[in-house]
Amino acid sequence: MIPINYYIALSAILFTIGALGVLVRRNPLIIFMSIELMLNAANLAIVAFTRVYQILEGQIFVFFVMTVAAAEVAVGLALIVAIFRTKHSINIDEMNNLKG
Amino acid sequence: MTFFYLAPWIVFFPVIGLLVNIIFGGRFSEKVIGMAASLASGLAFVVSVLLAYSLTQHPEAVRWTIGEWIHIGTLQLDWTFRVDTLSTTMMLVVSGVGTLIHIYAIGYMREDVRFKNDLKRFRRFFVFLNLFIAAMMILVGGDSYLMLFVGWEGVGLCSFLLIGFWYEMDTLGRPSWANSNAAKKAMIANRIGDFGFLIASFLMFWAFHSLQFDQVFQQAPAIAASNPGLITAITLFLLLGVTGKSAQIPLFVWLPDAMAGPTPVSALIHAATMVTAGVYLVTRSAALYVTVPAAQFIVAMVGALTALFAATIAVGQYDIKKVLAYSTISQLGFMVAGVGMGAFAAGMFHLITHAFFKGLLFLSAGSVILGMERGHHHLAHHSPLSPHPRPLSQGERGEGAREDAGHREEAFDPGDMRNMGGLRKTMPVTFWVYLTGALALAGVFPFAGFWSKDEILANAFSGGFSAVYWLLTIAAFFTAFYMGRQIWMVFFGKPRHEAAAKAEESPKVITIPLMVLAALSVVGGALNLPGVETLTKWLEHTVEFIEPGEFVMSVALTSTALALIAIFISWLLYGREPLKAGEADPLKKMFGPIFTGMERKWFVDEGYKALFIDRYVDITRFTADVIDWKFWHDWFHEKVIAGAYNWLSNVMLNRYADQRGIDAFFNGLGEWTKNAAAGLRRFQNGFVRSYALFVLIGVVAILGYLLLK
Repeated sequence: MIPINYYIALSAILFTIGALGVLVRRNPLIIFMSIELMLNAANLAIVAFTRVYQILEGQIFVFFVMTVAAAEVAVGLALIVAIFRTKHSINIDEMNNLKG
Repeated sequence: MTFFYLAPWIVFFPVIGLLVNIIFGGRFSEKVIGMAASLASGLAFVVSVLLAYSLTQHPEAVRWTIGEWIHIGTLQLDWTFRVDTLSTTMMLVVSGVGTLIHIYAIGYMREDVRFKNDLKRFRRFFVFLNLFIAAMMILVGGDSYLMLFVGWEGVGLCSFLLIGFWYEMDTLGRPSWANSNAAKKAMIANRIGDFGFLIASFLMFWAFHSLQFDQVFQQAPAIAASNPGLITAITLFLLLGVTGKSAQIPLFVWLPDAMAGPTPVSALIHAATMVTAGVYLVTRSAALYVTVPAAQFIVAMVGALTALFAATIAVGQYDIKKVLAYSTISQLGFMVAGVGMGAFAAGMFHLITHAFFKGLLFLSAGSVILGMERGHHHLAHHSPLSPHPRPLSQGERGEGAREDAGHREEAFDPGDMRNMGGLRKTMPVTFWVYLTGALALAGVFPFAGFWSKDEILANAFSGGFSAVYWLLTIAAFFTAFYMGRQIWMVFFGKPRHEAAAKAEESPKVITIPLMVLAALSVVGGALNLPGVETLTKWLEHTVEFIEPGEFVMSVALTSTALALIAIFISWLLYGREPLKAGEADPLKKMFGPIFTGMERKWFVDEGYKALFIDRYVDITRFTADVIDWKFWHDWFHEKVIAGAYNWLSNVMLNRYADQRGIDAFFNGLGEWTKNAAAGLRRFQNGFVRSYALFVLIGVVAILGYLLLK
């Protein structure tokens, strides 16, 4: 059986990749994919721990997280479409109308 | 059988009478009101007679306590009535003469309220009269100086209320404040006297630790031996009280003005009873006075000087009641001189006979005035009792007061002797009783005044008070003269005014009390005839220091001769050739300036005004303008308080505390917030990724803290 540390490490690596992707990329679609990556890194960590502690609630939470991620992507993509319709661009750095 | 338990009823009966009139008087007719009041006073007289009868069985003083009053430490004062021969004598005089005057007042006030056109005041008058009787009974029946003082103030209040009875008019019924000013004058002059009484009471309490008569008198000889100055001070302060209440020099000025009250008041309060309270006080305090001969001498001199001084003024008066008022002051001077010399029985004797004949004279004068008013109304309206047009409404009063001086000549004065003359024919009953009273006052044998006045003169003569004797003898001469002058002017000659010609005699309710008093004025001397000395023996039980007076034939002959000479001179001047209307007084032709002095009361009122009233006004002006306005208002309030407050508020609170403290703090807070916001604004750059970076940094920081702590 694969030790838990491996799962944790993989989860951390995935999360880091996702976080960096959010920070450095300007394409909102890529940013969304990075967010999904972080969510899945968290899912992986939860599943790994539920296996260690032999409890099922964590696995149920993972389903919730996947559902929320799907909903989030639906809302997010709708937003991107709406933004594109008004600005004819989806460059994230041009969406700074609320700056102080 | 004794009736001492009835003692409190001498006060209760008049109080019940006045309560009945206050509560039910509105529904009573005038007759019933007057009867109720007279009955109350009459019952008090019956009680006094019963008390006097009891004293014949048991002559020692009886004290009858009806309630606790002040119990503080050793000071034990109760509502105690003291029934002894002295107080009972006063009770008899007060209630006896008082009852006659109550009856007379039923008739007098019936007409007075109609002439003055205010019927409702009839009841008020009798309430006041009964209140006076009650207060006077407390005064004479009290067993301590404090209870005496309660009555003393009570009668002073009644005097004030009754002098100002027609408070919104002058004596002739014109709108004016003259009557209320007279009432105030009486009140104020009496306040000065009361101040003396109070100081004397305080000193007494200090010296004797008591105000109860027996306790004070018991210790008097011992204290007088160790500290005669203290007793002298007490007696002289008491004398100040006496000069106020009994109208002696220097406080006599209120009594002539007090004639503004209705005539029964003048008779009851300002001739027969209240003004004799001072004489009673000195007699009651005999034990104190006999220990200090110097004070006795001063009392006697004050009395003698007053007697002469007032008698000279009486000569120059034209108002029938003013003559009697100054005569009263003069006779009170006789009494005060008498008791001052230690002749307590003589003083009390004169007090009693004076109550008879001066009450009689005043009441007869009232009858004369009413007769003149009837005559005047007969002329004016052909119906004697049709009222004056009502002189007063609120708005007019001030107006009238201002016009008062200007219109004085126009009003008819029913009391002015220059308007009278020949009343002997139109008012025969009044004439005869008046003549009786005048002869008694003049001291003609065998009327009451002869015996009592002579006893005082004899005491002065044989007691070594030669100055007092001569002053009083000259005063007696003037007394006979001014009474002769009055009789000739009022009742003889021809009427000097149509009103006098039409004057009408008074009804029986007025004349019957007059006849009773006239009879008493004739036989009153029998109370203390030389050799028999009934009154002296009666008073001996209470006042230990009484010596039976001796009858000095030379004194009696001198005074009678002087009286007859004075009456003869008055006949020469006023009787032989009666005064004609508008003619000047014959004395004025002879002694112009001196008579003017007498007529103008020796300018005492003007002198008092210049000396005291104007100075008092100056002081009040000074305190008002300088102390109050310039010092307190302008300097202290404006400069000190307002200035300090302005400095505090403008400089300290506004400039420093508010502007530099509070404002600075909150403005600084605002500035800082603005600056902080400007600083933080830079983070709000709109770049989603930079926000995400901050979130990441935050998460890393929190996790780092949690992991590494």
